[in-house]
Amino acid sequence: MIAETGLIALLIAAALALLQAAMGFGALRPDGESLLRAVRPVAVVQAAMTVTAFAMLLLLFSQTDLSVKLVAEDSATTLPLLYRITGAWGNHEGSMLMWVTILAVAGAAVAMFERRLPERTLAATIGAQGLIAMGFFAFLLFSSNPFERLPVPPVEGSGFNPLLQDPGLAFHPPTLYVGYVGLSVAFSFAVGALLTRDVSPAFARAMRPWVLGAWIFLTLGITAGSYWAYYELGWGGWWFWDPTENASLMPWLAATALLHSVSVLATRDGLRAWTVMLAVVAFSMSMVGTFLVRSGILTSVHAFALDPRRGAFILILLALYIGGALALFGARIATVAEGNRFDPVSREGALVANNLLLSAILGVVLIGTLYPLLVESATGDKLSVGPPYFNAAAGPLALILVAIMAGGPMMRWRRDRLVTVGRRVAIPAAVVVVALVAVLGALPGLRILPLLGLVLAAGAAAASVAPLWKRNLRRTPLFTWGMVVAHLGIAVSLAGMASESAFSQETLIAARPGETVHVGPYAIRFAAIDPIAGENYTAVKATLVATRGASTPITLSPEQRTFDNPPQQTAESAIATLVDGQLYTVVGEPVPGGRWQLRLWWKPFVTLIWAGGVLVAVGGALSLIGRVRPRRQVRAERDGYAR
Amino acid sequence: MTLRTVRILLWLPLAAFLLILALVAGGLIKPHDAAIRSQMVGRPLPAFDLASARGDATRIRAQGFADGKPRLLNFFASWCIPCVGEAPQLLALKRAGVAIEGIAVRDRPADLAAFLQQNGDPYERIGLDDSSGVQMALGSSGVPETFLIDGRGIVRSQHIGAIGPQDVGDMLAAVRAAQ
Repeated sequence: MIAETGLIALLIAAALALLQAAMGFGALRPDGESLLRAVRPVAVVQAAMTVTAFAMLLLLFSQTDLSVKLVAEDSATTLPLLYRITGAWGNHEGSMLMWVTILAVAGAAVAMFERRLPERTLAATIGAQGLIAMGFFAFLLFSSNPFERLPVPPVEGSGFNPLLQDPGLAFHPPTLYVGYVGLSVAFSFAVGALLTRDVSPAFARAMRPWVLGAWIFLTLGITAGSYWAYYELGWGGWWFWDPTENASLMPWLAATALLHSVSVLATRDGLRAWTVMLAVVAFSMSMVGTFLVRSGILTSVHAFALDPRRGAFILILLALYIGGALALFGARIATVAEGNRFDPVSREGALVANNLLLSAILGVVLIGTLYPLLVESATGDKLSVGPPYFNAAAGPLALILVAIMAGGPMMRWRRDRLVTVGRRVAIPAAVVVVALVAVLGALPGLRILPLLGLVLAAGAAAASVAPLWKRNLRRTPLFTWGMVVAHLGIAVSLAGMASESAFSQETLIAARPGETVHVGPYAIRFAAIDPIAGENYTAVKATLVATRGASTPITLSPEQRTFDNPPQQTAESAIATLVDGQLYTVVGEPVPGGRWQLRLWWKPFVTLIWAGGVLVAVGGALSLIGRVRPRRQVRAERDGYAR
Repeated sequence: MTLRTVRILLWLPLAAFLLILALVAGGLIKPHDAAIRSQMVGRPLPAFDLASARGDATRIRAQGFADGKPRLLNFFASWCIPCVGEAPQLLALKRAGVAIEGIAVRDRPADLAAFLQQNGDPYERIGLDDSSGVQMALGSSGVPETFLIDGRGIVRSQHIGAIGPQDVGDMLAAVRAAQ
């Protein structure tokens, strides 16, 4: 009965989404006032039904009900409980249900908590949210039904992809999806505002917390995904420019741009059309990402569903939603009154430069991601676009962006004088020069991008705390703290990236037990290799004892695991995190002569990459808390909080 | 900018999106072909020098292919099941006068000898590619795969997978055309 309950809940939710869309848009008619209030509860009940359906799926997976096709295909009774539950979204249908659940909950949250948006715009926003949900409900019900039963249940399930059998699965997809799908709120806000022609600072202030919320989760999700790939795949890299990574990076870039342009709209009533555009683009990028990954059109580690029919379905949804929103933009935005103008040398000017650069990087990533498709349809050749393109094209843009990020907050709103700006950036500029001299002196021959990265990171770190300079820290608004912490996080992350790329050392060697090998400052004794058995796998475990100088030896135990259901081998890396970096070890295949392949890396300060990502998210959370306390904010904005 | 141009520019995002949509829809409609073709077709054979898998002193070298005579270069292994199915076709090609060189991928001489005894030996020479290095240099991603090398040592074509009975005629014609 559980599967049927889930399916019925899903059907009711789909019907309610249709109702929600009709009521929300109906409320815009002159006689639609009665619908304004009624649409809110519909959105809430719709979300409750969707959550029920998702809960039923979780129940089915935790009980391993093999009469359900999805469970039989993607789980097994032999799995540990954690992976029996998280397995619910480690497949196409389940993850799409999670996607829609978050969409519905986001819509309900808007219906319950949004008080600042004008009633008519709010009703249209909730309607748009219902319309998006409806399409994805249809997708689930018609082509990806997670509750489908099997006529004859198998004795045992086909097991679960061993690479996904990791605690990371409990954290990375849910946070990333909250970020992805949370951006739907900004999209619906934009659609609502275009329909009512009401794009104003009040609209921006209402939208800002929602964008911030989604962006925090997106930042965390990407950070977690990067670290997960880093330790789980055993390749030692933290970013691969895989289509799916790009699919998560593009909405983040758009959302980051949106976060900054929405501030210009909220504070200075500028960038009206641009902000609306970005709100549409951010969630569009989420949907495009979902499509690219799920249609199997691009090859990726995340491609569960190689099914062109599903791809065609999502493509039609994309055409309707994104095409519809962009057409609405083209038709309506010209009738939105133009906002305030401002001087190029000003806070707004810096934010516009930030937006243009973020958009340019977004374009670079989008072109790189779609280029293989373009070439294949033009010439039939297959190729893949990798780090050489992305690093060369996006790297320099990102560095300029960091420089603007460092300088922008020191500028005044509306108009500033270059001379005074120059005086304010003197200290960070001095830090840059000192760092440049130090790095050039200590490490001649460093490649240009890591060099600039290290130097800029130092400057940006100094500049990011500058807004706190000579200020009463206890009376500094929370959102200013948020900006400081987030910008500092970017600098920290950049330092980690540059350090990883400049100083990583790698040793790939076939060694016998008893031998000692070297990587970076470490001497590593290959102490032993032993067979072990886990709950649903067997493995060989290497014991490595690493010593640096006179310090206490560290023992690392990388494993080569063999799962039998489904049969697959995975390399389980062992990582030692130290104050100044990580020692990363992988044991590979046996080599004739009693030797084993060992792959060892010493990665100085690599952890800063993810520490920075977490700092960025913490900064976002501080801003969010600061923004949802309305009275202080209004006062601060009236007084010109930016000094 | 006049108001008119601005109004037109506002439709640009939609136009860009429609372009992407068309591109992606095109990619979706096309049948999925996961085979990865070698980039070496049309280029000279990459340099290699392998020891013989038969245990004798002969070596199989890339330069040896540029002697004016077209040859097939067959990647196979004793552990490869489709290679068993392919063996009769290779023998037929040999009987038709085609010179076939073999490269055994990640194989052991003893297993190889048993394989050749069981399935016949169409090869002039067999090189032992322990690390798949030569295979990768040729842009081959599996066994069996067969390359046609012309008399100047240029890679002319690649056949992915086993050579079936229906392929023998085409392959023979291709070898003759490369003469």
